[in-house]
Amino acid sequence: MNVRSEGFQMSDARLSRRTLLTATTALMGLVAAAASARTIQGLPWTGNEVYPPPEVRPGPWLFFTPDEASAIEAIVDRLIPQDELGPGGKEAGCAVFIDRQLAGPYGRAEGVYMQGPFPERPLPTQGFQSPLTPAQAYRKGLAGLAAHVSRNFGGRGIPQLSGEELDRLLTSLEKREVNTPEFNGSEIFDLIFNNTMEGFFADPIYGGNRDMAGWKLIGFPGTRYDFRDVLERPNTRYTLPPVSLIGRPDWNRAGGRG
Amino acid sequence: MRRLPRKDAVIVGLGWTGAIMGHELCQAGLQVVALERGPWRDTASDFNIGTAPDELRYGIRHDLFVRTAQDTVTARNRMDQEALPIRRWGSFLPGNGVGGAGVHWNGHTWRFLPSDFNIRSHYLERYGEGIFPENHSIQDWGITYDELEPYYDRFEYLAGISGEAGNVKGQILPGGNPFEGWRSRPYPTPPLKMQHAQNLFQRATTELGFKPFPLPSANMSQAYTNPLGVTLAPCTYCGFCERFGCANYSKSSPQTTVLPVLMRHPGFEARTECEVVRVLKSPDGRTATGVVYVDAQGEEWEQPADLVILAAYQLWNVRLMLYSGIGRPYDPNTNEGVIGKNYAYQANSSVNGYFDNQLFNSWAGAGSLGMTCDEYNGDNFDHTGLNFVGGANINCSTFHARPISARPVPPGTPRWGSAWKKATRDNYLTTTNVGSQGSNMSYRDCYLDLDPTYKDRLGRPLLRMTFDFKANEERMSAYVTDKMVPIMRAMGAKQIVATPKRGPWNVVPYQTTHNTGGAIMGDNPRTSAVNKFQQVWDMPNVFVLGASAFPQNAGYNPTGTVGALAYYAADAITQQYLKNPGQPLVQA
Ligand SMILES: Cc1cc2nc3c(=O)[nH]c(=O)nc-3n(C[C@H](O)[C@H](O)[C@H](O)COP(=O)(O)OP(=O)(O)OC[C@H]3O[C@@H](n4cnc5c(N)ncnc54)[C@H](O)[C@@H]3O)c2cc1C
Repeated sequence: MNVRSEGFQMSDARLSRRTLLTATTALMGLVAAAASARTIQGLPWTGNEVYPPPEVRPGPWLFFTPDEASAIEAIVDRLIPQDELGPGGKEAGCAVFIDRQLAGPYGRAEGVYMQGPFPERPLPTQGFQSPLTPAQAYRKGLAGLAAHVSRNFGGRGIPQLSGEELDRLLTSLEKREVNTPEFNGSEIFDLIFNNTMEGFFADPIYGGNRDMAGWKLIGFPGTRYDFRDVLERPNTRYTLPPVSLIGRPDWNRAGGRG
Repeated sequence: MRRLPRKDAVIVGLGWTGAIMGHELCQAGLQVVALERGPWRDTASDFNIGTAPDELRYGIRHDLFVRTAQDTVTARNRMDQEALPIRRWGSFLPGNGVGGAGVHWNGHTWRFLPSDFNIRSHYLERYGEGIFPENHSIQDWGITYDELEPYYDRFEYLAGISGEAGNVKGQILPGGNPFEGWRSRPYPTPPLKMQHAQNLFQRATTELGFKPFPLPSANMSQAYTNPLGVTLAPCTYCGFCERFGCANYSKSSPQTTVLPVLMRHPGFEARTECEVVRVLKSPDGRTATGVVYVDAQGEEWEQPADLVILAAYQLWNVRLMLYSGIGRPYDPNTNEGVIGKNYAYQANSSVNGYFDNQLFNSWAGAGSLGMTCDEYNGDNFDHTGLNFVGGANINCSTFHARPISARPVPPGTPRWGSAWKKATRDNYLTTTNVGSQGSNMSYRDCYLDLDPTYKDRLGRPLLRMTFDFKANEERMSAYVTDKMVPIMRAMGAKQIVATPKRGPWNVVPYQTTHNTGGAIMGDNPRTSAVNKFQQVWDMPNVFVLGASAFPQNAGYNPTGTVGALAYYAADAITQQYLKNPGQPLVQA
């Protein structure tokens, strides 16, 4: 617990906080035993283990239906194409990232003020005003998009479009040219676009940015946390590979934790 | 509702000001309880190095800020519009939990200029009435820089601020800010190391005749032990500062400066996840008798206290006063009343520079790593014929290049596809920025009140914000931004994009969490909510801390002044008020 110079004071503060909380609990006449929900037998850890955030792994879809998933995989791969600069959105795990985000608190709009009324026409300066959670917006938006594509591309689905066709479709969504009563093209575009970029550049623990493809593309060294040496050598290319919250693929042992 | 034993003082909110006041009152021998609506937070457990540098969690999903489902505001630009709730934070990011916004601030720690405090009389004398914008409500603060100087000093020494003094007791020193007010002694720690961008900026501004100086920083340039005996460690330039807790003990925050001492003070108790919902008043309405709060189980408690300190951040101070009927609510139609009056913000601008042959490595940065010039701030320059009041500091700071949010590409670049990918790669390391932090005057129709439609989770009306950037701020920002472009050119940018501040104010893009006003200080109870000691004119046992006291905002970040005013109020309470409690410290 003694991290750096001030550690002993900090641990003291935690101690007094614990006594303080107990005091408060007793004062309020609550059951003090509830405070220690976790029982520790002996040591509070298991040998040779620490507990970083568990990494999101590819696997069965948690939110998307198979059709939705293949549509999203096709789209993220046009937004971030695989090219001579490196992997595209699909290979980098952007669809997995979005799936896991939608299955979690973000998808449920947890903590977001969702009380109405929801006006028809908010001012452009008033920001996000939809009654739908992100999960609902994807479900509805992808259904609308599938119907639109089927009508306009001879009954085909998004995964069956050529790269060029899909680019044209995405451009028209982005430019707000596609709007039907049941579906707002630019809203679903913005949502997928933002989440794809998040997936490509967030820490790989969330299932995207696989092998730190996004960070390697631009030269972000990740979570090294101490760059004092960089300030000693201004205007110099940094050559060490990036590191994430779960380390680096080439030094994580094969079949490691998961 | 159950009633708890009386305390000498109850503090609402345990952020920067609550922690400072808590410590001063405990030192004076008072029994103090602080009520904090958010969770307990501490460095070792909550800002751990293995979890803290997570851009998605903290930077994008806002894990440290208050959830809008718990507390938000409604917003509109003009009085004839319908305000709508901010459902996702954007323009500003209110704090939550122990440490408040002091946990996840950037740490730019400024003193305002002496003429910022008497801005109305100063400009009037120098330029005449004609310089003031239409519909303004600019006021003097009722306090002078000289009165506040010792308290600025205390906050800076508490927080170990790293910087270079420009004016010690009237002596102008090289390398510091020649325009700053006098200081009684130099900064407690030397400036941070600079990055490549700052080196270019320093050279360019010096050539152009500016006097650049290091941005005063709450990121430590070296280890520092403050007067309370708490030690901070050197900053490692990790690039995860603003919006994040610091895992290094190297950013001053309540956790790294006050709380380690305060939490073990026998006179102090903190209760977390306890949201104060109103202040209770005596039957004659002239004194506060305590507060009501709701705990995590949704249960209501009454906490009686002799002294009530509102330290809940600017927005929530004002909301609590409106809910509790403390002071007369402001009416923009009659210009009468004071609570909610003179809401102001910050008019910032930026100039991006795209370079061919420079590597900025901006991911190696610190919250307040920067160089600054003050030539166009406040009234440091002649405003004759300029048709605006105020100014801005000009700075070049490198505080992060976190890749979800900081991927600048030149205008005209597509937002996606292979061309986007290439431009992103080519510009990520080779782009830098010169910014301005601009003042924001106050206006009759920029104010806070209670929303008629939208309610919070407890069924109470949300705070409503009516605000826009006015012509005065647009002219100021255009003028200062024009001065920034030649700097960027001299730094060698091949392409320059200037973005001066323009209305309408938009709630979506992050601007600053420098919300000011609403419970302003002054020398007259008709036009201000609190006197210079932050004491409510109409209710002498209530003190209101924070930027809610600013009659308008200056061209600097607020917290240096917020901290100084908190110490000033604490001294007034412990040295004057407690000798004769319940009495106003200034006669109306
Ligand atoms: C991202 C960011 C960057 C910033 N950067 C800078 C900077 O570089 N320089 C600068 O000068 N300033 C900066 N600031 C602003 C700075 O953080 C604030 O000025 C400062 O923290 C204000 O102190 P305070 O005590 O008034 O409020 P806070 O520190 O926010 O503390 C208020 C506390 O009150 C609690 N509270 C609110 N309502 C209630 C209630 N009803 N009941 C109980 N508790 C309640 C809150 O949860 C919070 O913990 C920044 C802020 C943010 C968010």
